[in-house]
Amino acid sequence: MTRLEKKERFTSGHRACGGCGLALGARLAMKAVDDNSIATCATGCLEVTSSPYPQSSWKIPWLHSLFENSAAVAGGVEAALRAKGKQDINVVAQGGDGGTVDIGMRSLSGMLERGHDVAYICYDNEAYMNTGIQRSGSTPMNASTTTSPAGEESFGNENRKKNALKIAAAHNIPYVASASVAYPDDLIEKVKKANEINGPTYVQIHTPCPTGWGHEGDITVKLARLAVETGLWVLYEREEGEIKDVKKIKDRKPVEEYLKPQKRFKHLFKKEGGEERIQEIQEIADSNAEKFHLDEE
Amino acid sequence: MPNFASIAKPGTTENYKTGSWRVYVPVLDKDKCIGCERCWEFCPDSSKIEEEYEGDTIFRTDLDYCKGCGICAEECPVDALEMELEEK
Repeated sequence: MTRLEKKERFTSGHRACGGCGLALGARLAMKAVDDNSIATCATGCLEVTSSPYPQSSWKIPWLHSLFENSAAVAGGVEAALRAKGKQDINVVAQGGDGGTVDIGMRSLSGMLERGHDVAYICYDNEAYMNTGIQRSGSTPMNASTTTSPAGEESFGNENRKKNALKIAAAHNIPYVASASVAYPDDLIEKVKKANEINGPTYVQIHTPCPTGWGHEGDITVKLARLAVETGLWVLYEREEGEIKDVKKIKDRKPVEEYLKPQKRFKHLFKKEGGEERIQEIQEIADSNAEKFHLDEE
Repeated sequence: MPNFASIAKPGTTENYKTGSWRVYVPVLDKDKCIGCERCWEFCPDSSKIEEEYEGDTIFRTDLDYCKGCGICAEECPVDALEMELEEK
């Protein structure tokens, strides 16, 4: 007997790269929904790797929307089910960070605002990986991508990662949570909760990408864990507006440990002035630690 | 018929064996394995199979789908898995 639910609703044979954090995230998230669920999926890596026509990796009804309207389609599905009196069916909307924090932000905002009973899951691999690693609003500062390349004049992405969790929370929805593929129990519990709560909910899962971040596939989970242990990705829940259940960190690690194995941050360790940029990233982790009282005494 | 592509059968990517992508293969030391299921939990390709070995639970690799990423070997708490170059 496996400790986590044995049943796979996102099954093998999908075309995601070896060591894909997103595929792992989707597989775990699907352990948190029951068979009586309908999922939508924005365009992106998750969609192309799981639905190479005429095959599908999904074992629940699944709809590919457009890039920008996963939340709107899910809202429509939920409204139709409600009109038909079938409120026992869960509706889950899914999208990558590009399809959520940039292109799908308008439809996500509308869905949250209208109060649909939909759990939205954002798989955050911090750039447009499916189309060739272009920068998204969720790309962290100083990361090199194909549209924010590090070079003589640049240290990569100039902007701070967009805080989509806070944007979702600003809609006064009942539940917002961050999760990570390195903590499966926590991830499953949060997606379950998001499904059970009546009304719109939002969960953002941090999913390392070997291809886009430039690391070996075997350290996907290790990197996801380091993001949490350095304070760069904070695991918390926000229920009815109140921050709850922050995962405390014992002996917070320096951000270098997280940055160094990734090619997208390689320039920070080679280029003159890189040290200051690493310091900038350390300050983000420190300010997270202060805001969320991360450090365990 | 609705005017969009529809796939009637669920889970059909299972017909596509991604095991052929593999370069390195995880080799399990069955005596070391404590059956903790960490490798199974962290496998993006659902390619670990629970089975019994001398009365204990172990997790072996499903070579039909394993892409050889090595997360299992990296995360194994008792170093029961070793990634080895696969002879084909």
